[in-house]
Amino acid sequence: MTATMTQCLTQLVQTDYGMTDYQSEIEPRWCTGCGDNAILTAMQRLCRDEQLPPEKTVSVSGIGCASRLPHYMNAYGFHGIHGRALPIAEGIKIRRPDLSVFVTTGDGDNCSIGAAHWLHAVRYNMNMVVMLHDNQVYGLTKKQASPTSPKGLTTNTTPFGAALNPLNPLTVTLGISNVSFVAQVVDWIPELLYEVLHMAYKHKGFSFIRILQRCPNFMDHHFDNWMQDPARTRILTHSDGLRLKPELSRVYKKQETHDPLDMPRALALAALTDEVPVGILYKNPEVPCYDELRAGERPSTPSLVETVLNEEFDKVGIWPAETAEAGR
Amino acid sequence: MTSDSMEAVADPRADEGDAGRPARSRPAEVLQEHIVEIVSDSGEGAQRCGQSLAAIAARSGMGIWTVEIIPAEIQPPPRSVAGASGNRVRMAAGPVTNIGDQADLVVAFNEQVLLGRLNAGEIKPGATILIESGWQEDMHPGIVASYLKVCADVRAKGYKLYEVPMGKECLKFIPDPRKGKNMFALGMLCAIYSLDEEAARAQVRYIFAKKDQRIINANIELLDAGRAWAEENLDIAYRIPAPPVTEPQVVMNGNAALALGTVASGMEVCAMYPITPATSASHYLSAIFEKVGCVVHQAEDEISACCFAIGASYAGKCAVTITSGPGLSLKQEALGLAVMSEIPLVVIDVQRGGPSTGLPTKVEQGDLMAAMFGTHGDAPKVVMAVSSIEDCFHSVITARKIAETFNMVVVILSDAALATAQQPFRRPEFRADWLAPPVNQSAVPEDAHPYDWDERTGIATRFIPGQPNGMHCLTGLAHDRDSHVAYDPATNEEGLLNRSRKLAALQTTLRLEPVHGDEEGDLLLIGWGSSRGAIQEAVDRLRAKGHKVSSLHLKFLQPMASGIDTVMKRFKKVMTIENNWNDPLSDPLVTPDNRRLSHLAMLLRSRWLVDVDCWGNSRGQPLKPGEITAAALAKLGEVK
Ligand SMILES: Cc1ncc(C[n+]2csc(CCOP(=O)(O)OP(=O)(O)O)c2C)c(N)n1
Ligand code: SF4
Ligand SMILES: [Mg+2]
Repeated sequence: MTATMTQCLTQLVQTDYGMTDYQSEIEPRWCTGCGDNAILTAMQRLCRDEQLPPEKTVSVSGIGCASRLPHYMNAYGFHGIHGRALPIAEGIKIRRPDLSVFVTTGDGDNCSIGAAHWLHAVRYNMNMVVMLHDNQVYGLTKKQASPTSPKGLTTNTTPFGAALNPLNPLTVTLGISNVSFVAQVVDWIPELLYEVLHMAYKHKGFSFIRILQRCPNFMDHHFDNWMQDPARTRILTHSDGLRLKPELSRVYKKQETHDPLDMPRALALAALTDEVPVGILYKNPEVPCYDELRAGERPSTPSLVETVLNEEFDKVGIWPAETAEAGR
Repeated sequence: MTSDSMEAVADPRADEGDAGRPARSRPAEVLQEHIVEIVSDSGEGAQRCGQSLAAIAARSGMGIWTVEIIPAEIQPPPRSVAGASGNRVRMAAGPVTNIGDQADLVVAFNEQVLLGRLNAGEIKPGATILIESGWQEDMHPGIVASYLKVCADVRAKGYKLYEVPMGKECLKFIPDPRKGKNMFALGMLCAIYSLDEEAARAQVRYIFAKKDQRIINANIELLDAGRAWAEENLDIAYRIPAPPVTEPQVVMNGNAALALGTVASGMEVCAMYPITPATSASHYLSAIFEKVGCVVHQAEDEISACCFAIGASYAGKCAVTITSGPGLSLKQEALGLAVMSEIPLVVIDVQRGGPSTGLPTKVEQGDLMAAMFGTHGDAPKVVMAVSSIEDCFHSVITARKIAETFNMVVVILSDAALATAQQPFRRPEFRADWLAPPVNQSAVPEDAHPYDWDERTGIATRFIPGQPNGMHCLTGLAHDRDSHVAYDPATNEEGLLNRSRKLAALQTTLRLEPVHGDEEGDLLLIGWGSSRGAIQEAVDRLRAKGHKVSSLHLKFLQPMASGIDTVMKRFKKVMTIENNWNDPLSDPLVTPDNRRLSHLAMLLRSRWLVDVDCWGNSRGQPLKPGEITAAALAKLGEVK
């Protein structure tokens, strides 16, 4: 608003953002081989390809290894508190349709401590992209079981093996009213990670991506079976979903044409245990968005506030005798 | 009918003396003030009757204060001692600042709710009681017997009892007297207190404004019938001479004032989760906020509500979250985030009795320490308390300004007593500078840092998303001036210092309000929040009897204004008056070594090393001037 002339000019000239424009001066401090690195790169690529102005991009997270991501983005970031990334992101978005909001969360962050917010965020269906970095363990706090840990996993809190079956973030999300976008992807196929993220960004509404994320530090070789056997990855393709490039098509031969509006099939795919479905499970652009529903008809202006206040005061007004008639 | 015209009415039985004559035939007795209670089973509309009486009285220029009488349960059994629901109205010739001691006149829709109020000690000995007389014809002999017994007992104890066939009279107009008896009672009360007929009808039209004309007409008929019945059959008539209203006023309750204050403050987002007794503020705000282009978001819980408000503040103007005790507890972690990341936020806590679910509908000033210190680590926040309805309105505006000037969390402590209490106050005149300035979207200078803490004030200008060059990652982790995570001792202490310094900077701008009473004396009472009026009235009563008592009321609890110690030192004894718990010294186990003190008393003692005593209670009731007077008298006994 009060930007100087030169600043305006620089902005006009600098329309071409490159990858480095989205990299903050802080080097990522994730372990070598950590899947979070690939997710960060995909996000930066998306920003570049969409030429998102860094000042209009907000990356929000909770607490966990994954949640460090906003520090590594050159954008506005909000590294919040454990489990609460979603309500913070909702608050950011409610009056700021001009901001692109990305949420980074972990399996503990989202599916345990923040589970209530997850459920309601799906129902609010506000415009934002949510990346669930699901390494199936608590990384930051040094290997405890998470709700998505497989049964039998030995961790520091389950030395004799996790007792329960894991919670499935996909079936849960698909089951929530107003769900509008659910996808799954894996950190080790960067092309697909990018494609899915891109589609999530393009979708109007709450775009939920579960990303299977490697944690070599605490879950070494955990995803090896899936990584080494492409037959255990089922790629979901569709004219309104992923379209595989020939190179990938040659590797990932197990493909299924899945209509992203086919909820029964989406639920069946989401429930697969021996295979990992990758792609868009569900996508429905028609679901109303809370941020748009609550946008209001008019902006708040001082004269509007004055008018409404006076209307309310009039209803409970007491008038001096001589002006009583005029007042009523 | 005004009292003047009443006096002018020809008196047909002029030779019979005053007693026992219909009210309209003789002049109304002039009173300086009266306390009226209307009690019924819940759902019979006694609250609406009381609120309307208060509004009509206020419109005629009287000072008023009301308080809701709330049953302990949502749906208590009908005709039960615990089920008394209604309203108390204190009306006076001058301004009223509290609910007073005991009621002078009671309208009871059954004898059980009356018993409830009598047992609670809320009715003055010898008070006037108007009771629904229909129970003596009830088909259940038990009810008839109970009714007759209570009536006989009450008469024997010296109360002035009038049995009024309210239901029977209402039946002349409507099929179900339960839905309308309250308007009949309102009509009676308007006659008894010589209130203007047309003003009463206007009030009825106002409260039923959303209903169709038939309903409005029926209620006005009931109102007029109640008045006519009272004029015909009662020998009591009072007049409380009110000075003429000289400036426009408004009359509302504390929660409505908080809601209107929120609108006036320019905040645009309120995130909340329903909780008694805060909810009605959000209800009212929900009804009007969208008209000014703003949003009330009902979140899935208080944690979410607080985080939502923080997100909204971060991305624009300061936001507000409204709650009560249990909700405040849930918000604490997020409040720490707002403190650490220096995001402005207004938190309104309409206190109720605690801990845990406690006394959901009743008043207590039990959250002061939680508001100040409830967050882990060193989390300096501003805490202010409201002490009148007018204060509720203006404090939200002040809180928003402080929050945004200092990038701090500001907690406003109201309580269940103020939430529903009504009081007239000068109609606020809108000022554009109440509102927040537009969200800054200008480019940030190249060399600026997100936490460029000012050396003198500790304040750093925050960067709002959308501002070019301002990109940084806000974090609840310890951070340096660039908002980079930093765990080294020096950086951590730099952050702590600056966040703390902002409180000191604010403190230098605060002014203590004048002492009520003389500047020195034997006893100083110190209070905060809703008990101001009751404390000051107690002081006035004691001073009228020659006691050297004064009082001081604190608006800011954190930080506190300078000068409190100077005032305290001019008195021989200092005692806080608080509506919260302290251990009674009469308890054999309690000694000065283990006595748990009231919140403010602890704070004053620790800061100024003054021997501050405390008096108060946690009975779920607003403190009354009478009990404060007695406590002060007892304390005066210690003065040598
Ligand atoms: C209220 C609260 N409880 C506990 C913690 C400790 N904590 C930090 S991160 C975390 C779990 C992280 O696991 P996940 O969300 O899966 O993220 P990851 O580290 O695996 O990326 C926990 C329990 C905390 N920061 N705050
Ligand atoms: S512990 Fe695991 S999740 Fe955390 S940074 Fe290392 S590899 Fe990544
Ligand atoms: Mg994890």
